[in-house]
Amino acid sequence: MPEVIAPEKPAPVPLLTLTRVFFWIGFFSFGGGLSGWIHRQVVHQFHWMEEDDFLSGIALAQVLPGANVTNLCVYVGYRIRGVAGAAVALFSLLAGPTVLCVLVAIAYHRVAQYPILQASVDGVAAAAVGLNMRIGIVGGQRVVRRVAPTVAMIATFLAVGVFQYPLVPVVLIIGPLSVAAVWPRKTADA
Amino acid sequence: MREDSTLTAYLALMAVFVPFSLVAIGGGPSIFAPMQHESVDVRHWMTGREFIEIFAIARVAPGPGSMLATLIGWKVAGWGGALVATAALFVPSSILCLGVSNVWNRYRGRDWHKALETGLAPIGTGLMFAGVLAIFRMAGAGPLAWCTAIVVAAALTWRPKVHPFALLLLGAVAFNVALLVSP
Repeated sequence: MPEVIAPEKPAPVPLLTLTRVFFWIGFFSFGGGLSGWIHRQVVHQFHWMEEDDFLSGIALAQVLPGANVTNLCVYVGYRIRGVAGAAVALFSLLAGPTVLCVLVAIAYHRVAQYPILQASVDGVAAAAVGLNMRIGIVGGQRVVRRVAPTVAMIATFLAVGVFQYPLVPVVLIIGPLSVAAVWPRKTADA
Repeated sequence: MREDSTLTAYLALMAVFVPFSLVAIGGGPSIFAPMQHESVDVRHWMTGREFIEIFAIARVAPGPGSMLATLIGWKVAGWGGALVATAALFVPSSILCLGVSNVWNRYRGRDWHKALETGLAPIGTGLMFAGVLAIFRMAGAGPLAWCTAIVVAAALTWRPKVHPFALLLLGAVAFNVALLVSP
């Protein structure tokens, strides 16, 4: 371990902090809104990652096999604290839901008759979608400054969201085009 | 349950979920149908009706939709089965993702890496918006769900420091109020 820490390199994020953050995200992740919460904590609250870094992580997480949110969590955990960070983030994220979903299954028949529960779950899920919208808005604000990324964003949204084409071929087609459009050229253009 | 039959059940769960982990491209929903086929028709772990029920439970419980695997494991072999199935479904894909993140990270700072990042970010953004549509399409959401989501997104834009807890609670309250006032 080097004694001197470069001024622009802050002290490593404690694994305990990572555990706490991801545990609560997992615990309250009704309806799949976790990405929005991860984004808010990791980029805006703690400034552990840059916006583009996070957003490209989302693209990677979705293209790779496996649940999007666990992939994102591994990517983010790895960026913050390496392999240990990835393992801790993944474990913390899944610990709560693993226990909770079995408890819900055990109590299901007794609990299913209370409409307040269903309404609460639906409400939390809808709010979670709002958290995800927020990532889109933040990303969108950055993207619309340049033409090619704007086109790539809209094309991806239309293809996957509206026309419901399969995700992987869409990303494999739009991805290279989008990257090619921003590829660094020899002639300087800011 | 005797010890070796428990072990057999664990191995069977792994045999089913490890491959699923590595082919679930585009996330959990892509493997729901094969999961059903495997646990109902092939392995006879449960009836089709029971499968639909745990599918519903996985949706109301927190966690990724693929926690369906946890519940299948629980049905097959109790708490141990739940843990084995969860690990079998999430660990292999996570290791792959870790490998890719590692390679991705190693070249950070290069011009072409920056270009890849700048080029992929709008796709991530577009996918986020597409995901919003997909979630609402799946849940058959009404105007209340749309309004809640938009209010939450607006609140976060206006006040980024608002804690997500508060916003999720707001959603739950809104839906319960709607439940009360509706006849």
